[in-house]
Amino acid sequence: MVEVSRHPNIEVLSYSEVTRVEGTVGDFRVSLTRKPRYIQEDICTGCATCVKYCPKESPDLFNRQMSPGKAVHVYFSQAIPLVAYIDENCLELTEGKCDICRGVCQNKAIDFRQTAETMELKVGTIILSAGTAPFDPAAVEEYGYGRMRNVVTSMDFERLLSSTGPHQGRILRASDRKHPRKLAWIQCVGSRRVTLLRGEAPPLPSSVAGRAKEDAAGMNREKEGALRSADPSDARRRASRFEGFRRYSREAPPLLSSVARRAEEDGAGSLTPGENSYCSAVCCAYTQKQVILTKEHEAEAECTVFHNDIRAMGKDFERYYQRAAQLPGVRFIRSYPVIAREVAESRNVVVRYATPDDGVKEEEFDMVVLSVGLKPPADHRTLAGTFGIELDAHGFCKTSPGSPMETTRPGIFVSGGWQGPIDIPESVFGASGAGAQSGEVLGYRRGKLARERIYPPEKDVAGEQPRIGVFVCHCGANISSVVNVPSTVEYARTLPNVVHAQQQLFSCANNAIKEIRELVAEKGLNRVVIAACSPRTLEALFRDTLREAGLNQYFCEMANIREQCSWVHSKQKEEATRKAKDIIRMSVARAAHLEPLQEFDLPVRKTTLVVGGGIAGMTCALSIARQGYPVHLVEKSRELGGMARRIHTTLEGMDVQAYVEDLIQSIYKNPLVHVSHGATIKSVSGYVGNFTTVVESEGRTREIKHGASIIAIGADVYRPTEYLYGKNESVVTHLELGEKIAKRDESVLHAKSVVMIQCVGCRNEDRNYCSRVCCSHAIKNALKLKEINPGMSVTILYRDMRTYGLKEDFYREAADKDVTFIQYDPADTPQVEAAVNEAGTPCVRVRVADPILGVRLELDADLLSLAAAVIPSSHTKEIAGLFKVTLSPDGFFKEAHVKLRPVEFAAAGVYLCGMAHYPKHIDETIKQAYGAAGRAMTLLAHDTVVASGSVCEVKERDCVSCGACMTACAYDAIEFRDTFGGKKARVNPILCKGDGLCCTKCPTGAIKMKHFTQEALLSQIGAAVAGG
Amino acid sequence: MCSGRVDLDLIFKAFEVGHDGVLIGGCKLNECNYATQGNYDALGNTYIGRNILARVGLNPERLAIEFMSGGEGNRLAEVVNGFSEKVKKLGPLGQAEGVRQEELRGALAAVRRLTPYLRLVEREKLRVPVRSEEAYHRFFASDEVNRLFDEVIGGTLTIGRILSLLREKPLSTSEISGILDLSPSDVARHMNTASRHGWVKYDLDSKRYSLPLARSRNDLEGVGHGHGEH
Repeated sequence: MVEVSRHPNIEVLSYSEVTRVEGTVGDFRVSLTRKPRYIQEDICTGCATCVKYCPKESPDLFNRQMSPGKAVHVYFSQAIPLVAYIDENCLELTEGKCDICRGVCQNKAIDFRQTAETMELKVGTIILSAGTAPFDPAAVEEYGYGRMRNVVTSMDFERLLSSTGPHQGRILRASDRKHPRKLAWIQCVGSRRVTLLRGEAPPLPSSVAGRAKEDAAGMNREKEGALRSADPSDARRRASRFEGFRRYSREAPPLLSSVARRAEEDGAGSLTPGENSYCSAVCCAYTQKQVILTKEHEAEAECTVFHNDIRAMGKDFERYYQRAAQLPGVRFIRSYPVIAREVAESRNVVVRYATPDDGVKEEEFDMVVLSVGLKPPADHRTLAGTFGIELDAHGFCKTSPGSPMETTRPGIFVSGGWQGPIDIPESVFGASGAGAQSGEVLGYRRGKLARERIYPPEKDVAGEQPRIGVFVCHCGANISSVVNVPSTVEYARTLPNVVHAQQQLFSCANNAIKEIRELVAEKGLNRVVIAACSPRTLEALFRDTLREAGLNQYFCEMANIREQCSWVHSKQKEEATRKAKDIIRMSVARAAHLEPLQEFDLPVRKTTLVVGGGIAGMTCALSIARQGYPVHLVEKSRELGGMARRIHTTLEGMDVQAYVEDLIQSIYKNPLVHVSHGATIKSVSGYVGNFTTVVESEGRTREIKHGASIIAIGADVYRPTEYLYGKNESVVTHLELGEKIAKRDESVLHAKSVVMIQCVGCRNEDRNYCSRVCCSHAIKNALKLKEINPGMSVTILYRDMRTYGLKEDFYREAADKDVTFIQYDPADTPQVEAAVNEAGTPCVRVRVADPILGVRLELDADLLSLAAAVIPSSHTKEIAGLFKVTLSPDGFFKEAHVKLRPVEFAAAGVYLCGMAHYPKHIDETIKQAYGAAGRAMTLLAHDTVVASGSVCEVKERDCVSCGACMTACAYDAIEFRDTFGGKKARVNPILCKGDGLCCTKCPTGAIKMKHFTQEALLSQIGAAVAGG
Repeated sequence: MCSGRVDLDLIFKAFEVGHDGVLIGGCKLNECNYATQGNYDALGNTYIGRNILARVGLNPERLAIEFMSGGEGNRLAEVVNGFSEKVKKLGPLGQAEGVRQEELRGALAAVRRLTPYLRLVEREKLRVPVRSEEAYHRFFASDEVNRLFDEVIGGTLTIGRILSLLREKPLSTSEISGILDLSPSDVARHMNTASRHGWVKYDLDSKRYSLPLARSRNDLEGVGHGHGEH
């Protein structure tokens, strides 16, 4: 957020609404209404003095009304812009009889005469990032939310966990302010159409009724000790348990069209509460996070999660789930629970649930957390109307799988949660991707409106003694009401090297900035200490101020006397003043050791190398080329297309072959894309902006010089060794079954019974991850089979059905079409053997325990299809070595940050997309491919890349070439170089990120970190004690 | 700058100038601001630092590390308050533990001089293969690592402390053993090593050890270097 607010080419218009959008792509006119804040944004410094004095309470919406707020307030402590606003509860606005805030604001920022302003913007493209709204369980009485004080939503709980939350990070019950010891989470609240059956045993989840072949007699022939009697009543019990689901299905068939119809009937447009059919895709993981955090807060807490399928389909999610489930006192119970009642005295909440082993039971909890799902933004119908875009049946933006960021109106793109329920990494893919797609439209006028700051030439102060200026900020009353500012100024004047010290009302205000600039010139200051707030927000501003004054920006030092002093010692004024002096003394000591550092510009080659010619690589290459930059696309096989060549349709019905063919044509037609087939990469050298890669292709070797590298090498399919695969021709993988279906293969057309086994080769010890795509893959094939022959018996043996997000609707459709779902236990996997069925034809016999009926079933299948795992490409290690990037524990490429930077590597200038990152669906691959193009463009669009000045440097004389520094560097920024004095370590300042870890490993102190040198830090520590 | 950048030299400088406790703040484990996970290095340094504190007779609780995110101001305040309370209860550095001032000064200076050597030891012997809080705790609490500390750091540290004392004035074996609470035979063993490296000389007339002239002023940088035989 800070970066956005500081960016010279981003203008943030907060508290504004779009009222009208006219024009077409490349030439939109957008009308906005800027709501009155009653505070002048450019004058307010966010000091929050007004908040302190405001007499009118108003709900604190950020803390979900669990803590008191004021009518004038800053939305939250890290808000951008950090500016207060006055809400509709204000006494002055409602009754005209209070303007206390106006009196206490020393910067005169309050302005009650403000009115709503309208403005018009001319833009080329629009990106909608309206986010999501949490499901509100208050409307469904059964959840007890609002009625029972100790029932909270996961959003409430998120605030309770936060140290800036209502109880400073303590989890307290609303009823008695006590720590809950026994907590329950209820999953799928508002998602996957949870139906609560009051008073009756709740239905078991997800295994959906429907029968394959139940051969009780056959079962009894088995010698298995675990056999239970196949009492026909079990079948009835099973049927009745699904009554709720069934009835529901009949009332409202779960197909998209029917949901759409209902949505239209609602008039208001949104689905009625409790009726979101889709899976919200994020709740399983966030609940696990909340459980882990709760256990960290309180080790003794007992946490119970009532869940349907555990959908741990994201990267590293499976391990995360295991981590949560293995904590002591944590139970994961697969059951739809009902909130039965509140206990009058204790206000505890009684939950009723059923398990196959124990039947129905009741349990009391101190607190119940409802894991609420995600909905489209609250005003999505209005927004869609304003922007002239179409929505899907659920109210999310209508897009196509081939272009998941494009809305139905050309030039308007969507990113984030309004695309559908997605996790953070997919949001980032879409956001960068929407940026890239905008770039494709507007590339021809790139840079025309860009603004850059111009600075005067830098003064050389190398020979000068340190001349330090100290500016102590009052921050309105934030600092000065606690710290005696004049006394700290007096004190600062006595410190060594200080030639000027003064106080300022707000050092960050424009007039104060000007004053600093002038005093640098007037007093010949060559170091500046700002004693004010944390450097986090404003250091960039003060560094800029120094640059404007002609000083090197690294001569700026901030002493934090607000967050770390006045704010935490508001009742100890004298001690706080003493501490402020200590902090200033330390900063002055350090300032004397500061050195001018150069941020240097490196030229960027405008060419990109894309490794891998599948959907990911081609999409990415094409997007970059369409923005006007040349691309070399390197593919190892003789033709483009990759894995997608073997996929014919997606669950959503996309014609993959036509899409791929189209993509390949576009690649060949684009003059900026150069394709190498049958290629191998021989070597890679260089760094961001300046790579050199040697490629051997069709007998020729050539050297490609490029600025950015994109790795899109895809993944492989596991070749099962289980379940007779390769030994019996009736056993195939889902991919092979899909191909047979597309070819209308005889074996498919004549099959009477098809069984599918999920999770083959993953979610096990060898591969502790979920392949993400197989559940949807199975549903897609099952629906296709039912299309061919509605009477065909199709049975899916699964562990957790992971048809996350909007794909859930297809799962329901399959259940409705009598596809049978049987959950199996990984400790008791299905048994498969070749056999002859009742009709006398050869078949594959599958034996599996049915947890609902409590019996073992025997299924004779004409075809057995296996969900073979997606595994890392066999070339992964080789490519990782060439580009010096790292791998995750599962063998896929490791991104810079799993959530926040999922399309780039820690190594600058190298980007990642597609299955090489982790298994994913085609639409997700396309999103990430555009995302990688977007990230690469942020590099390519500049002529130079700026390297920070605060990097490490080796004093070669002292280097003993032990390599200790290299072992510490995660960025591969240090390498040996031959010198006259032998082999010496050398830091590549472009790759160095300035963490300084290497400095603590060097036994001779030869490597130093600029700006945080040992001398500077030691002097600062020394100055912590007066006279120290 | 990463919390892993906070090395033993900086930590013991803080004790040297008179602080009674040192608290290191780092990002939450596994939520590294960089790609380095250097907060684990900070954790390792803390364990090493605490072990050394105990070895020079100081309470290891005076050094602590806490992991928190940049958005958790309240938690920082809580942690700092808690630690301040704890350190107040522990009392003034050295005084509370019954370590004499001159000895304390010498010990802390010796540790700081030993930093380069400790870096070598850390790399060779004290690097934890698995980056988890539990693995670090188990590793540094293990008997094996404690034995390693005895073997690799214990002797060198004692020599460093003796050299610190000798910087003030020449001392006899029995005087040294009295000040540092060591058996005379241990002192003799250490002095033997130190003489072999030329760090001390023995004056037969006064029967006292002293520093060679060049050493008494310099920083005794040699201690620790090429010292693998310990």
